[in-house]
Amino acid sequence: MTGAYVTWIAGHRSILWRTFAEHVTLSVTALAIVLVIALPLGIGLARRPRLAAPVVGIVNALRTVPSLALLVIMLPVLGTGFLPSVVALTLYGLPAVLVNTVAGLRDVDSNIVEAARGQGLSEGQNVLRISLPLATPVILAGIRTAAVQIVSAATLAVFIGGGGLGELISAGMGLLDIPQLVIGALAVALLALVTEIAFGATERLVAGRLLGSTA
Amino acid sequence: MDWILNNPETLWEALVQHVIIVAEALAISLAIALPLGIWSARRPRVYALVLGATGILYTIPALALFALLIPIMGLGQGPALTAIVMYSLLVLTRNVVVGLRNVPGDILEAADGMGYGRWRRLGAIELPLALPVIIAGIRLTVVTQISVATVGAFIGAGGLGDIIFQGITQDIGDKVVVGAVFASALAILADESLRFIETRVRAAGGLE
Repeated sequence: MTGAYVTWIAGHRSILWRTFAEHVTLSVTALAIVLVIALPLGIGLARRPRLAAPVVGIVNALRTVPSLALLVIMLPVLGTGFLPSVVALTLYGLPAVLVNTVAGLRDVDSNIVEAARGQGLSEGQNVLRISLPLATPVILAGIRTAAVQIVSAATLAVFIGGGGLGELISAGMGLLDIPQLVIGALAVALLALVTEIAFGATERLVAGRLLGSTA
Repeated sequence: MDWILNNPETLWEALVQHVIIVAEALAISLAIALPLGIWSARRPRVYALVLGATGILYTIPALALFALLIPIMGLGQGPALTAIVMYSLLVLTRNVVVGLRNVPGDILEAADGMGYGRWRRLGAIELPLALPVIIAGIRLTVVTQISVATVGAFIGAGGLGDIIFQGITQDIGDKVVVGAVFASALAILADESLRFIETRVRAAGGLE
């Protein structure tokens, strides 16, 4: 039983490596774009509650859309390949970071912000030195959620020609090649678990540092 | 939109099938998560184990979980239902536990003082007070189940995902989009209806 799997891996190292690299590239690109959009947008929205409410509402509706639907809806607009996959994955990961950035910043104790203002900190300094560090644990939790969601949904990119480890699952299914199917599934499951654990560890590390520095 | 006009009954069947899969998955998940949550709510070590195990299941990408079940259970609605249930356990169990733990101690003591037995206290006091949090868990779970069920079409679960996958293989763009739009609309509708129920129950006297 395991022999078939070992044989498959031995004979298909290059495709395993290529689909893995594609999967990571897709995920990292999408997550990077999510951060570039969601962090500044979230910081801006946190101080404008009237604008934040409808934006968070729309973004939460986006959160509800099934991942497969979000990916394939790109087909008529952007066609197949890397670009539509990255756009869909970005839209999929955006809500978690945006919502947590807005919520994290808004929940910072207003007394602390007042005190900092009283000590002569400008609005910008206040955000950078006081609010952001205090909101960091919540923001990092959002980034972890987004990262895992993106790695997970990237498995479905194969259906719009985006490649990635889902290719092994899809091809394994088409060819009724169980080793290929199972190894693809195990690889992507492992990647998702490692992402969750790595981001979780970073979160705890940063939270520990922050607590240490304010104590 | 030609496809939808020519095939209304195909779309309707897929929609009904999708709703049935989710309803079945929800019933089974609740039958597991409710007792599991009640059992582990006051046992921190058991709860940690339950969170760890269901958390791992929740992290595995849907397509991978379906693929891993093929060598064990083959294709069709059985393995699809199994995978959807595996996905639902984390959020449901967690919300049952959080809901039960949020019931204030003095209320429990008052119930004990009035001579309520353990099970009567659970049924008449604890579960009703935990209901809003449990319904919030059901809402999140149903939205996840609708999404995972869409992918389940890959291993023969049927439903709206079937329309999407058929559209891709037959290269009918309209069909793909219709499947995707209906799956999204179903998820948003389920989310909004359950949110409405959640607000009503909360207003009727549940606890935060």
